[in-house]
Amino acid sequence: MTTQSMINDHHDDGHEAHQHHMDQIDIFGFWIYIMSDCLIFAALFATFIVLRDGTAGGISMKDMIDYPYTLAETIFLLCSSFTYGMGILNSYHGKTHKVMMWLVFTIILGCCFVGMELNEFIGLHLAGHGPTSSGFLSAFFALVGTHGFHVTMGLIWMIILVIQLGIYGDSKTMQRRLTYLGLFWAFLDIVWIFVFTIVYLMGAV
Amino acid sequence: MLLDILFGHLRLDSIPYTNPLIMGATSFMGVAAAVVLASIFYFKKWKYLWTNWLTTVDHKRIGIMYILLSFVMLLRGFSDALLMRSQQMLSVGTHYGYLPAHHYAEIFSAHGVIMIFFVAMPFMFGLLNLAVPLQIGARDVAFPYLNSFSFWMTFSGAFLLLISLFIGDFAATGWLAYPPLSEFNFSPDVGVDYYIWALQIAGVGSLLSGINFFVTILKMRCPGMTMMKMPIFTWTSFCAMVLVILAFPILTVTLALLLFDRLFGTHFFTADGGGNLMMYMNLIWAWGHPEVYILILPAFGVFSEVVATFCKKPLFGYKTMVYATIAIMFLSFVVWLHHFFTMGAGADVNAFFGITTMIIAIPTGVKIFNWVFTMYRGKVIYNESMLWTIGFIFTFSIGGMTGVMMAVPPIDFQVHNSVFLIAHFHNVIIGGVLFGYFAGATYWWPKTFGFKLNEFWGKCSFWFWIVGFYLAFMPLYVLGLKGMTRRLYHYDVASGYHAWLIVAAVGALLILFGVICQIIQVIVSIKNRNHPDYIDLTGDPWGGRTLEWSVSSPPPFYNFAFTPTVDCIDPYWAQKQKWAKEGKPTEQPRYVDIHMPKNTPIGFIMGIAAGICGFAMIWSIYWLALVGFLVAVITPIVRSFNSNVDYYVKASEVEKIESEHLRRAAS
Repeated sequence: MTTQSMINDHHDDGHEAHQHHMDQIDIFGFWIYIMSDCLIFAALFATFIVLRDGTAGGISMKDMIDYPYTLAETIFLLCSSFTYGMGILNSYHGKTHKVMMWLVFTIILGCCFVGMELNEFIGLHLAGHGPTSSGFLSAFFALVGTHGFHVTMGLIWMIILVIQLGIYGDSKTMQRRLTYLGLFWAFLDIVWIFVFTIVYLMGAV
Repeated sequence: MLLDILFGHLRLDSIPYTNPLIMGATSFMGVAAAVVLASIFYFKKWKYLWTNWLTTVDHKRIGIMYILLSFVMLLRGFSDALLMRSQQMLSVGTHYGYLPAHHYAEIFSAHGVIMIFFVAMPFMFGLLNLAVPLQIGARDVAFPYLNSFSFWMTFSGAFLLLISLFIGDFAATGWLAYPPLSEFNFSPDVGVDYYIWALQIAGVGSLLSGINFFVTILKMRCPGMTMMKMPIFTWTSFCAMVLVILAFPILTVTLALLLFDRLFGTHFFTADGGGNLMMYMNLIWAWGHPEVYILILPAFGVFSEVVATFCKKPLFGYKTMVYATIAIMFLSFVVWLHHFFTMGAGADVNAFFGITTMIIAIPTGVKIFNWVFTMYRGKVIYNESMLWTIGFIFTFSIGGMTGVMMAVPPIDFQVHNSVFLIAHFHNVIIGGVLFGYFAGATYWWPKTFGFKLNEFWGKCSFWFWIVGFYLAFMPLYVLGLKGMTRRLYHYDVASGYHAWLIVAAVGALLILFGVICQIIQVIVSIKNRNHPDYIDLTGDPWGGRTLEWSVSSPPPFYNFAFTPTVDCIDPYWAQKQKWAKEGKPTEQPRYVDIHMPKNTPIGFIMGIAAGICGFAMIWSIYWLALVGFLVAVITPIVRSFNSNVDYYVKASEVEKIESEHLRRAAS
């Protein structure tokens, strides 16, 4: 540590540059949070794989899979990422109203996804295949339900962002928040691809 | 019916009036709490408490609160230890001791939970908070609000555990709450629920702290401090934080699944219905083994700092120390199965995990040699921190070797679940983790408070601790080899355990003297804080090597008036050498405004709300749980509508504070 550089070098530590640096740190921190969330799903996937055959004489994945239905869910979720991306693109051009419009589309698509998932859960439960029926069903509900819970939280977050966009317009802070949610939303897509593959597709074979 | 809705399962008779031991402990805690509250009222300190502590986002203050919490919990956890040692000493032949069996089971469970989650973890995060931002030349952690939130989550978890003593009961399942015993059918009381919620809430706090420090260390280092120029404590903390981020989500999932089993009747860990209870052991140890390295790595860092400072030499083998730490970080994730070799996974699996476990001894051995070689031909100053370090090197080596013994699966089959294991892990946790944190607390105390701790009482405490430790735990190795199982409530005279257990109880008593000496040490030091032998005017009482010693003690709230620039491993040492040759520069620096976060009650409110939500869930008071949950969720949302969260410290104020320090240092 040299005192001279200590005294002279940092006078022009501009506030703008400082803020930019802090924003970068925030987004990096959010990435790390997502990585830790990944571990949550990893543990749930592991649980599901261990308990997949623990059907206790009840139904197995083979008996309950409905390809077109799950595919429709998947398409809703993937499309919602596309519309969210459109929102982000528009925010780069400062078109606040278009951003809000695309976010509303995203919310609608997300709600369709959550609605279909809830419908599937309720259907299973009413047919006597609730989460308490077997180890397999417990793990199924926990894994798919945790994903659904994340999507629901993302939707609430998105509604708040739409309100804040309405109040504050498309500021730097709002762009950063949109980036967070964008990361989160894309992450949930990726997790769903694994759910679709490991739970539904592999469960059917 | 109305009572059920309002109070869930909570009734007046949930309080164990009839148990004199619990009521005695409760009244003691109640009196202590009342005295604290009354004195806050008497001295009219509520505003001070609120603005300077409860709402603070200053990492140094948060660090102090962590360590205070840890010390309070240490007293509770240690009382449990004394109860266990005296019970085992008395419960022989026709005598059954003074504790009912169920209560005894609660005590050994609470002891483990408290010591790991509410003593070691807060102590670790406390030291990180005190030292890491200063060591890397940063003004704060990356996310100051998150830091405050993390602390209050830990606080809420600890509080839940404390009140489990007198409202309801605590888990009687052992510290990891293995199913099926922890399932609802076998533990229908609220004990396991207290366990789950206390750990879940504190665990989220730890995870967020882990993310916070990981980002802080990676992104907030001052110019010139490359990864290989970081102070070694920062390095070991960094590796520990990687482990926190990777391990704590697993704990969160495991506890959540256990909760589902108890609350909804799912079949994750049940013996029937397609559940798999060995999955719990795998999951909990996939968190639990990294956890012990989360605790020990920062302690290794403390020893490295202490040994370099008090031998007046650069640390021997800085690079090997770093690589050894990284190696341990990776290895700690591939050894978890050694906690249950007897599960029956087969010879090949056991051999794999046995070998990986033994490999960990290699990087650890590298570290031991590095410390010893740093001392070799150094000018060793035998003060308290250094005594803890030397005590550690001996004790930890013994503990490490018994660990390698148990890494051999056939040996493990013999000593599994015996007190040999208890002796082993106390050997490494007391001799490693706790000694390390004590060394660190003594070492950074003057930096934190501006005065040194009393050496005499510190040394007394050290000798009581180390002699007490050997007396308390060496007999357990013998007893383990004689076949004494852990958590034993009662034994026959013919077993031959009695004499050894008396020795162990005497050891525990000596440790009690050690703890008393520490309390006296703190009181004496506070009383004499302005005495020339204690007060630290320069900010560098030990002749330190790293950046934290370059600022005043206690540091100004913004830490550094100017972001330092470094170009070597021990930057402050190099600077002092240069000053000695060329003289200190006399040029008056031109101070600038400093950007700082404002204090906020957000973290406090969210943490306490989470604690209330947890308490309500334990007692099935669902309306209150919902309220707590909503408060915890809506508070940060409301805050996101507030953009006025930071401010600038004026250059004139910085100048005032800095010149005051220079004046004091010159006197």
